[in-house]
Amino acid sequence: MTPSEFNSLRDMLNKESGLVLSEDKQYLVESRLGPVAKKLEYKDVATMVSEWHSSKKASLQNQIVEAMTINESFFFRDKTPFDNFKDYTLPNLIKSKATSKHIRIWSAAASTGQEAYSLAMVLNEHKHLLQGWRVEIIGTDLCSEALAKAKSGLYSQFEVQRGMPVTYLVKNFKQVGTMWQLDSNITSMVQFRQFNLMNSFTGLGKFDVIFCRNVLIYFNRETKSDILKRMEAQCNNGCHLVLGASETLVGLNGNYTPVANARGLYEHNREAAVKNEKQSTNFKESPTHKTGTGGLSFTR
Amino acid sequence: MKQCLIVDDSSVIRKVARRIMEEANFEITEAEDGQQALEACRSQMPDVILLDWNMPVMDGLEFLRELRKDPCGDIPKVIFCTTENDMDHITQAIAAGANEYIMKPFDKEIIISKLKEVGMVEA
Ligand SMILES: C[S@@+](CC[C@H](N)C(=O)[O-])C[C@H]1O[C@@H](n2cnc3c(N)ncnc32)[C@H](O)[C@@H]1O
Repeated sequence: MTPSEFNSLRDMLNKESGLVLSEDKQYLVESRLGPVAKKLEYKDVATMVSEWHSSKKASLQNQIVEAMTINESFFFRDKTPFDNFKDYTLPNLIKSKATSKHIRIWSAAASTGQEAYSLAMVLNEHKHLLQGWRVEIIGTDLCSEALAKAKSGLYSQFEVQRGMPVTYLVKNFKQVGTMWQLDSNITSMVQFRQFNLMNSFTGLGKFDVIFCRNVLIYFNRETKSDILKRMEAQCNNGCHLVLGASETLVGLNGNYTPVANARGLYEHNREAAVKNEKQSTNFKESPTHKTGTGGLSFTR
Repeated sequence: MKQCLIVDDSSVIRKVARRIMEEANFEITEAEDGQQALEACRSQMPDVILLDWNMPVMDGLEFLRELRKDPCGDIPKVIFCTTENDMDHITQAIAAGANEYIMKPFDKEIIISKLKEVGMVEA
């Protein structure tokens, strides 16, 4: 593909999806669009891109955008959420779950598995604190191809370098040809299941931690609110919720309060939830109740 | 401004790395081999070193071992940046005192994420 075709592709992707593709990312275009080109029976990616470039056909453009953005994930993406997990969530759970010794974590748009596995690796670092505990990590995603890759635990050199400290690589991976295979003691900590966030969550059980990152951006506001609302029913007391770096709860309904000093981390506020439920179903009861107190809103 | 020493015998790689590091607000010095790099460090210790492995005169690993023996040679964060991409090389590098390891080819994101890892840019 010519430089000008590549550049206009980058511009288009940025406009359509916010994906920022730097000049050195041609390899990413090749690898992500390869399957699309094949499916649509183009000779190769370059041919498909020049066809798009000259025709700007909407259906082709949509498939390109989807293929380029949809499953992007990397280990320890954005770093902070995993630092927060280690510094706030985990110590908290070790205290609050001391009796049941059972932790359930949900990676709600698990894609190719890096998020769930990053959490598994962090937990593995702290296994001395979790002797005799049962820790479940459940990764769900709509896309079965992504999940197949997640289950395999096999990643390319690029994928293992993006955001992952080399010490984690050395400790948890084996080299297989040009690829890197995650050890089974990590992969066995995670269960992957195909699941659509539009469907009922009840079969999933309750969670102590929910990572729901970089997926709500694909939905409109109503759907976002609906998903977050329904997630509340899957929250154990004090459940932590983590969103993507560019996602906020501003303007959405729900009972989540930001955790102080932990950017992007929210805690489900069960008392507020119960109270709000009461107020909305039976507002004659307790007329002395001031609305707007008790963590009614979490906007920030 | 933080100082970065780029050590690579390929002027092309040095140029690519320089561009990325300058964008990240580092002040750059360059060296073409381990010996030059050692001299550069002895005259002024940088904050971070991007280090190639295979170079004439003195290779990256030898350089790193020498550096870590020097007084204050433990100050710079050293990020290997090499086509050597097997576990053996990686573990050797870490044992010699490397803070991070990048397998070529690299891009800006990988470099920045490793700089974050060693605390040289804010997360
Ligand atoms: C950009 S990835 C996010 C991966 C990971 N959470 C992260 O932040 O790195 C978005 C994922 O959301 C999934 N997805 C999109 N719509 C979905 C839905 N309705 N139900 C479940 N997963 C969905 C896509 O298949 C894709 O794998």
